[in-house]
Amino acid sequence: MAISKTGGWSDPRVRGAVYQVLAVGAVIAVGWFLVANTIHNLSTRGIVSGFGFLERPASFAIGETLAAYSPADTFGRALFIGLLNTLLVSALGIVLSTVLGTAIGVGRLSVNWLVAKLATVYVESVRNVPLLLQLFLWYTLITQGLPGPREALHLLPGVWLSNRGLIVPAFDWTSLSFTVPHLAGFNFQGGVALSPELAALLFGLTIYTAAFIAEVVRGGILAVPRGQSEAASALGLSRGQALRFVILPQALRIIVPPLASQYLNLLKNSSLAVAIGYPDLVSVANTTINITGQAIEGFAIVMAVFVAISLALSALMNWYNRKVALVAR
Amino acid sequence: MKRFSIIVIAALWLGAGAATARAGETFDAVKARGQVNCGVNTGLAGFALPDDKGVWRGLDVDVCRAIAAAMFGDASKVRFVPLTAQQRFTALQSGEIDVLSRNTTWTSQRDIELGINFAGVDYYDGQGFLIARKADVKSAKELNGAAVCVLAGTTTELNLADYFRANKMSFKPVVIEKNEELAQAFFSNRCDAITSDTSQLASIRAAFAPNPDDYIILPEIISKEPLGPAVRHGDDQWFDLVKWSLYAMIQAEEKGITSQNVDTFKNTDDPEIKRMLGLTPGLGAAMGVDDRWAYQIIKQVGNYGESFERNVGKGSKLKLERGLNALWTNGGLMYAMPIR
Repeated sequence: MAISKTGGWSDPRVRGAVYQVLAVGAVIAVGWFLVANTIHNLSTRGIVSGFGFLERPASFAIGETLAAYSPADTFGRALFIGLLNTLLVSALGIVLSTVLGTAIGVGRLSVNWLVAKLATVYVESVRNVPLLLQLFLWYTLITQGLPGPREALHLLPGVWLSNRGLIVPAFDWTSLSFTVPHLAGFNFQGGVALSPELAALLFGLTIYTAAFIAEVVRGGILAVPRGQSEAASALGLSRGQALRFVILPQALRIIVPPLASQYLNLLKNSSLAVAIGYPDLVSVANTTINITGQAIEGFAIVMAVFVAISLALSALMNWYNRKVALVAR
Repeated sequence: MKRFSIIVIAALWLGAGAATARAGETFDAVKARGQVNCGVNTGLAGFALPDDKGVWRGLDVDVCRAIAAAMFGDASKVRFVPLTAQQRFTALQSGEIDVLSRNTTWTSQRDIELGINFAGVDYYDGQGFLIARKADVKSAKELNGAAVCVLAGTTTELNLADYFRANKMSFKPVVIEKNEELAQAFFSNRCDAITSDTSQLASIRAAFAPNPDDYIILPEIISKEPLGPAVRHGDDQWFDLVKWSLYAMIQAEEKGITSQNVDTFKNTDDPEIKRMLGLTPGLGAAMGVDDRWAYQIIKQVGNYGESFERNVGKGSKLKLERGLNALWTNGGLMYAMPIR
């Protein structure tokens, strides 16, 4: 060790710097080893690699598409369709689970004994059952419990419920009129459908995540000093008003950071979709990997996309957190 | 499941690459380990499914056993690794398994791009449709607008899309990852039809249908699906052993040698049988195994016909006809290269 006397090994700053350099060096070395070894193994085994497959026609169909897609489109387009489906179910799930979770969380603190107990039973039963099992339960309930398309329940004019989904009239912007679904051949034609797969995934994610959000909300409310609610009632505010104007705004500051984690969990849990047939990003990537054999590239794309969405979501939540945080004056 | 894929990718990252170029690597590794790691289906009646005692049974399973019998003279020296459709190739490429015998279709893309070699065909299959009898559909051409259940991560998805495009029909795929949930979705009428290789449809119908007679397989076969064992590139000695283990089963049937009567061929005059059973020495030694390799396969596993009948044929729940899988001498496609 050639270290000068003044800033010698006994100097904590020098030691710290050396350790940091060593740590960074070790991380780079391991990363380089992994990449080099993978490339070597791929080439010695004669496995074709690269992202060229994204430009090739996908040749498989996707059940639910938010944008135009046909099997003649590319793998890249197919993955994009899968991404849209992931975003759809995540966005709906985040909104619904926040509403439900807040209601349950407030409910657990209710002075009404029955409401409080029901909320407790909900939280304890839902969050202790694995999500995958809940998804299977919902999917089975929907597909086995509802009648087939020929015996569909006619809820309202033009609204049908069957194990093919909930089908409602769609508004056609080109002719400025509604297209009313009707039974033709095997299935309903026209209208828009909420598929059993999307419904089961959405129910499962919402109900599961709401249980965790309820606990976050409850913890946030309890963390607001008792004096605040006492002061509110001294001012003559009702319990509801106190909750809306005094307690929840303060609780929000405590709730937002753990809430962001729950949103990220919901996003990642949406990848269980493949088990019940909803064509999310992971499901489409699985098919792509199998057809092309490009497992490493496929997983890399899925991981990069999930990291990107997660980072964007947490940036948004951090921004919101700063907005609601107490500003020191 | 996803975790498993990550493990096999990690194996690609970390696995030693230096030894791959050397011939005989897999062969030697299997020999040193004392058992064959064989990738099979997670559960497909007739091809790979554990019985009520936990013993794996099936046509694909018998191929694994035949390889072990040839290698070690003991058909039980196999470790069965159940794999989903998505996991299978990565598991083979990364060395988790030595041979993949999992109703896998031999296609150009797989053979060329995945770094694997197919060692033969143990079942000539084709993709078809299973549909409820009461739907009153007589042909796949009448399926326009149908919701079709299909297993995730198989060539089936691709053939399905091709078939409907070629016939200018529309359909709605419901893509599910595992056979059990897929079958459940179909039998609860979530889908109008379910598509897969016809052997799998027969298997699903036998295993999951409330009443198997209520369901029919439509006459159209929309694809060629030759299923067979595959090995990874880099070890031709191992490739040869797998290939000839399968051929020995087929050749034995052609010669009328069964697990019951194989011992009566000790004094045969047929030179090909003598070479095959090791009565004329040399063939086994050239492959690096005992000269009685084929004898052990026939004695312990049986010939191809025996395996077919007990697993998928008349002696099984699937009750499949021999069809394309009859010997070439009976109008089928099963043809072993000559053992000489």
